[in-house]
Amino acid sequence: MAGHAHKLEIFRGLIKFKSNTQKIIGVLILLSIVTLVEVVLGIYKPEVLNQSFANLKLLNWVFIILTIVKAYYITWDFMHMRDETSILRRIVVWTAVFLILYLSFIFIQEAGYIFDEFDDPSNYIKTDF
Amino acid sequence: MGTTASTTSNEKIWNGGNKPLNASYGKMMMWFFIVSDALTFSGFIVSYGFARFKFADSWPIADEVFTHVPFIHGQELPMIYVAFMTFVLIMSSVTMVMAVDAGHKMEKSKVTFYMFLTIIGGIIFVGSQAWEWATFIKGDYGAVKTKGGNILQFLDAETSKRVSVEDFAFEFSSVRNQHHSYNGIWYDNEGSLPTYNIDEVIAGFEANPNILVRKQILDENGHKTILSREESLNVLKETGVSIVNGANLYENEYGVPLFANFFFFITGFHGFHVFSGIVLNIIIFFNVIIGTYEKRKSYEMVEKVGLYWHFVDLVWVFVFTFFYLV
Repeated sequence: MAGHAHKLEIFRGLIKFKSNTQKIIGVLILLSIVTLVEVVLGIYKPEVLNQSFANLKLLNWVFIILTIVKAYYITWDFMHMRDETSILRRIVVWTAVFLILYLSFIFIQEAGYIFDEFDDPSNYIKTDF
Repeated sequence: MGTTASTTSNEKIWNGGNKPLNASYGKMMMWFFIVSDALTFSGFIVSYGFARFKFADSWPIADEVFTHVPFIHGQELPMIYVAFMTFVLIMSSVTMVMAVDAGHKMEKSKVTFYMFLTIIGGIIFVGSQAWEWATFIKGDYGAVKTKGGNILQFLDAETSKRVSVEDFAFEFSSVRNQHHSYNGIWYDNEGSLPTYNIDEVIAGFEANPNILVRKQILDENGHKTILSREESLNVLKETGVSIVNGANLYENEYGVPLFANFFFFITGFHGFHVFSGIVLNIIIFFNVIIGTYEKRKSYEMVEKVGLYWHFVDLVWVFVFTFFYLV
């Protein structure tokens, strides 16, 4: 079928595959490695990553970043986002990213506030329920 | 000149057959559905985050909850089984892209084969999730619930391994019968009683000097607080009210009730998506076999259902991170 040209580069052109099938295998290997790294980090939990940065452990930051990396490759290569027009890509990705960031911000911010209120010994509120 | 040109192009626009954004109607609508469904899932995951930050100092540690692997008994293997499930879902995503790719080349037998593998992968995943639920609901060690609804777990003082309530609780002969509506007040009944009551647990605890109580509050290193022997006995006698085995929507032996609630709702909602994905895949699979898309000269339906299937995989990547890793 005509009109189904695939972009065969990942890593901004660092790796270029010869066919779409090869690219799929390449992305599969990448996703498997990332998952393996996550699982190994999850089992051993290295002490170095135990310090916190911006109220979250470094280890958790690593997990979240690796998840976003995986999400990027699933969307771009498995869901063929790489081959869509840039405007369709922006409509889908920016809408979702903006709303999710906003939602996370208001909820996590508020949860932190509630935790502090419960944690404050001068308050008469107990978490014991 | 300009007017004529725009008139002709207008006619062309409104005569149909156009593909705005260079994507067909069905594919675009699938993308918009995926965006809205992604927001539903974010709502779930973000409220999980809300509950977790609210109970930041006492949330259950996933590594201690999900430690089971089928066919391997008596060993604590955190992460292994869920890593397997993740891999199964990624693999079924790969076979789906392979099916879409074969569809672009109009290779019917290849599409059939890869669709079949995708369906099998999905079924293995849903089955694994059912097993994970069953293990979670059944629980393993049991715990004591306090007046305030907190959970007390038991540890061996020497090995600091968890001890099951069944292993040390005494069994008194005077057991209260379960109240059914047919042998008492007709409009009132109660759920099945736990195997042991609180007095039996306290008596067993007093007889075994090497057992300690572990509270849910985390210390500076992120470990659960272990009480001394006297404190353990004290807190058990003062506050203990009932025994909790496994998990339901009201209480669970792992800690905060919300933990189990979110586990059921988020993995359940995701599992429901996988299930509907399998049903859609099966419908498309049979359409491929009877040659519907061969006649249509386009395998775009495979691509559309593929988009949904990859989305299910995408969501699992996040569920995996926030439930099992973070």
